[in-house]
Amino acid sequence: MTEAFIYDAIRTPRGRGKKDGSLHEITPIQLATQALEAIRDRNDLDTSLVEDVILGCVAPVGEQGSCIARVAALNADYDESVPGVQINRFCASGLEAVNMAAAKVMSGQSEMAIGGGVESMSRVPMGSDGGAMHSDPAVAFKTYFVPQGISADLIASKWGYSREDVDAYAIESQKRASESWKDGRFKKSIIPVKDVLGLTVLDHDENIRPETDMQSLGSLKPSFADMGNNFGFNSVAMQKYPEIEKINHVHHAGNSSAIVDGAAAVLIGNAEIGKKTGLKPRARIRGFASIGSEPTIMLTGPSFAAEKALEKTGMAKSDIDLWELNEAFAAVVLRFMEALDLDDKDMNVNGGAIAMGHPLGATGAMILGTALDELERSGKETALVALCIGAGMGTATIIERV
Amino acid sequence: MTETIKFSTDSDGIATLTIDLPDRSMNVVDQAFLRDLSDLIGKIKENDSIKGAIITSGKKAFVAGADLRMLSSLLAEQNGPSAEDVFEACNGYSALLREMETCGKPFVAAVNGLALGGGFELVLACHHRILADEKSLKLGLPEVMVGLLPGAGGMQRLLRLAGLQVTLQYASTGKNLKASEALGLNIVQEVLPLDKILEAAKAWLMDKPTAVQPWDKKGFKIPGGAGAMHPNSVMTMVGANAMAQDKSFHNYPAVEAILSSIYEGGMLPFDTAIRLDSKRFAKLLMSDQTQNMIRTLFINKQAADKLQKRPKNPEKHMVKRLGVLGAGMMGAGIAYVSARAGMEVVLLDMSEEQALKGKAYSESLVAKGLKRRKITEEKGEALLDLIRPTADFDDLKDVDLIIEAVFEDRKIKADITAKTEALMPEATIFASNTSTLPITGLAEASKRPDQFIGIHFFSPVEKMPLVEIILGKKTGETALAIALDYVQQIGKTPIIVNDSRGFYTSRCFGTYVTEGLAMLAEGINPAMIENAGKMVGMPVGPLAVGDEVSIELSYKIMQQTKKDMGKDYPDHPADAVIEKLVAGLGRLGRKNGKGAYEYPEDGKKFLWPGLADHFPPANDQPDIDEVKARLLYRQAVECARCYEEGVLNDPESGDVGAIFGWGFAPWSGGPLSFIDTIGAENFVQEADRLSQAYGDRFAPPQILRDMAANGDCFYAASNE
Repeated sequence: MTEAFIYDAIRTPRGRGKKDGSLHEITPIQLATQALEAIRDRNDLDTSLVEDVILGCVAPVGEQGSCIARVAALNADYDESVPGVQINRFCASGLEAVNMAAAKVMSGQSEMAIGGGVESMSRVPMGSDGGAMHSDPAVAFKTYFVPQGISADLIASKWGYSREDVDAYAIESQKRASESWKDGRFKKSIIPVKDVLGLTVLDHDENIRPETDMQSLGSLKPSFADMGNNFGFNSVAMQKYPEIEKINHVHHAGNSSAIVDGAAAVLIGNAEIGKKTGLKPRARIRGFASIGSEPTIMLTGPSFAAEKALEKTGMAKSDIDLWELNEAFAAVVLRFMEALDLDDKDMNVNGGAIAMGHPLGATGAMILGTALDELERSGKETALVALCIGAGMGTATIIERV
Repeated sequence: MTETIKFSTDSDGIATLTIDLPDRSMNVVDQAFLRDLSDLIGKIKENDSIKGAIITSGKKAFVAGADLRMLSSLLAEQNGPSAEDVFEACNGYSALLREMETCGKPFVAAVNGLALGGGFELVLACHHRILADEKSLKLGLPEVMVGLLPGAGGMQRLLRLAGLQVTLQYASTGKNLKASEALGLNIVQEVLPLDKILEAAKAWLMDKPTAVQPWDKKGFKIPGGAGAMHPNSVMTMVGANAMAQDKSFHNYPAVEAILSSIYEGGMLPFDTAIRLDSKRFAKLLMSDQTQNMIRTLFINKQAADKLQKRPKNPEKHMVKRLGVLGAGMMGAGIAYVSARAGMEVVLLDMSEEQALKGKAYSESLVAKGLKRRKITEEKGEALLDLIRPTADFDDLKDVDLIIEAVFEDRKIKADITAKTEALMPEATIFASNTSTLPITGLAEASKRPDQFIGIHFFSPVEKMPLVEIILGKKTGETALAIALDYVQQIGKTPIIVNDSRGFYTSRCFGTYVTEGLAMLAEGINPAMIENAGKMVGMPVGPLAVGDEVSIELSYKIMQQTKKDMGKDYPDHPADAVIEKLVAGLGRLGRKNGKGAYEYPEDGKKFLWPGLADHFPPANDQPDIDEVKARLLYRQAVECARCYEEGVLNDPESGDVGAIFGWGFAPWSGGPLSFIDTIGAENFVQEADRLSQAYGDRFAPPQILRDMAANGDCFYAASNE
């Protein structure tokens, strides 16, 4: 099998996903376009060599609709021979897009492709695309659908993570993220977003709250208690997990991933294309896996995906130097660490989405780049990147520095 | 001539259709009505001199719904009909209403009273809807309660008049609407005094009426939006889906079908939407579950209410003066429901003070009713005036029925029986409200055992719909007839059973609680036990309900039973748990705030964490399906035993009694319907497995083995 290499990875900073967020005036097509432009320009890339642009996007409607990947390639003045495809694997879309690009390379069907993602959550709100999953009674009944927040609280209830546990995790995320920014660890991959005048509107992740402490988090009300108690969702979850007497609502805005805007792109190719273009591979994609697991608890998939990716690559947990799991909710990471018996010091070492935000379609590609930067900075070799996913899926990718 | 609808026309060309089914107290949608309505719609459509039509009723109520017997027989008659046949049959009424609203002539509903189900659907299909401002007038779609959906376009029309949320709410719960609510929700156009509705109907027809429904006009939009592309309605659906599952625990396919019909129907053209409703209706109607629910919850419940099993003689007897012995919780409740029904009640206890305390219960209920405006001050006062608290046995001398509700102690009961009989009139019937003690034994204290009967109420009396009537060996027909008449008088549903320890209901209900306790003893996670109880369709978990009736009571009954049965007493794994909780730990149940649950004063109850110390959790926890099976099968086996032993005379009483008595899974149609649906052979196989795994209490009685061998079922013979 052909090996797939990461030649580069870039991302926009993440803007608060609200009307007062710095990226709110930037259209999603602009976010995607600027990401594609950036990865082209800094690699002096002949875009006619790019055989596909695969972008994750979770709410592909409105201005994110109509195959935003192809349209972004055209808008970024890529060679018109470059096709594009938008994919949706919910929260792991960005990583899945990279995996698909890598798969094209590994299978020998492409020499070079871009994977990435985009989501302007301030402009195209989460859930704008609707879906049978939650609104069609036949499906919601059959799959015991509950919203993710309920699933996260269910995880906390099932494995006994207290409010203190999840809040402490959130504070650590904020601390690590702000220290990493201070230390300039993200600088290498951040491309400032420009406005119509060409002026920078944002050059850093604006959602971080370094001052967060137990006291400030303690004052936040659980976000999913009302919906769980008064709209039947707790009951639905407990019908699937009858061993639980009561759902303990521990998650809130401060220990869940923040809603933000952003885009990312990762350049993937085989060894030959590197030689042809003079680009130097930064890492090898060792392998990846996506899995499905029980959809009501929904967010415990990453450990299964990680195990499968390890098995596929013939690697052991001990072969992984660095673990990166999207911080959708604090309990998701706590459960992942418990399931795989991981040490906190190797996990999300530069913070994560609780501090910096989770632009749904882009996050997977963003944190892959973060892990790669960290491997290079720390001189470590291997990283496993994973995300939990709606409807009970999980995706994991293992990379190795070259 | 149409036999069910009176038809007339006036000089202005206005036709009036007065629905008045012969030999029926209520109008229902039956075959004759469908035929007549079809004929008349054709006539109105064809006859140029008829401008429009008014539909009203010749009875106090408008139309009470479809004739569920007709629906059930739809399947029986056709002997294994195909899905297409059932669909065609089910679609008939829907197609007829559609024809009415599109025939080009305007129709007005002048609704004089109650309009439910198919009756409400008829109203909705009219172009103009006028309601009488009557208290008794309710509109509703109760089909869900018998496992059906409103199959004649009612949901689609309601959706297009009142929007998604309203339609989801009323169609999925069967909740009724008052006239004023219907007006506020835009479901009807006018609410007027009863004597003005026909006039107003005609006035509307004379004043440029429209014969086109809003949804048949171009550019029509569902108010508030609907469908998968509409963000608000998506949110509404997400919540509705969860709330429906919360209440139905995945046991009621009709609930899901109703939600689906509304959700999908909102995205479809009207004709496609109502056709899809008919398909779902046919699918539900063909299911065993719906057949079971219709049979027990409607047909047999109604038969019990009408006292179908009452002996012919003596003639109907109205109780005028009732004597209640014992003014404790049960006696106080019996006094209240009897006075509510207009009877004079002599409420007797050891002291006047105690008797007054019993009356105080009625006072508190009346006060509550006043606060909620359920009763007028006048009526409340009249009710209370009917209750006479006393400590004097002489006051019993002219009562025509006695109900004894004293402490569950054979000796006390015997004393009071003798004392009362010495004073009460010769003909008076003496009833005991014992919940467990066999009537035949209690009747031994009576000089007139043929006049001695059991009338077993459930607590709280004013809320529980069922009354169990127990025949002792010597109970006579007059006693039975009078007891039944009394139960009808107080508006409750009676079942008749024969004598046994715990009779039918207490005995079978008890198995639910004790099986829960047995599982606790095995170290099964109590949360799982409780959730499993709710998931099989019981109102609450077995531990919770054990707390409610009090574990102490279980303890006392256990001790009395041990004493009575001696060496024949069958050991039960729950006994040790009851013993430990009550005698060892002083956890008596809800009554002392300590049972399987803790009852904090300022919060919700929660399972007592100490349970884990006394009943250590097992390492291997069973699958939830196993816990569910144990809770259901244990009860069903006991019910089958009652049938075998002759405690039950018929399956109908067993099923009605189980659902209305102790809340046995209504979706099943009752424990005996449950066995029939599973099939005796499968049931026996599973019960044998459970018996091997957990003990003889699951062993299926011989009658089930015979049924399995012969391919019989409980309802085989009695199913018309």
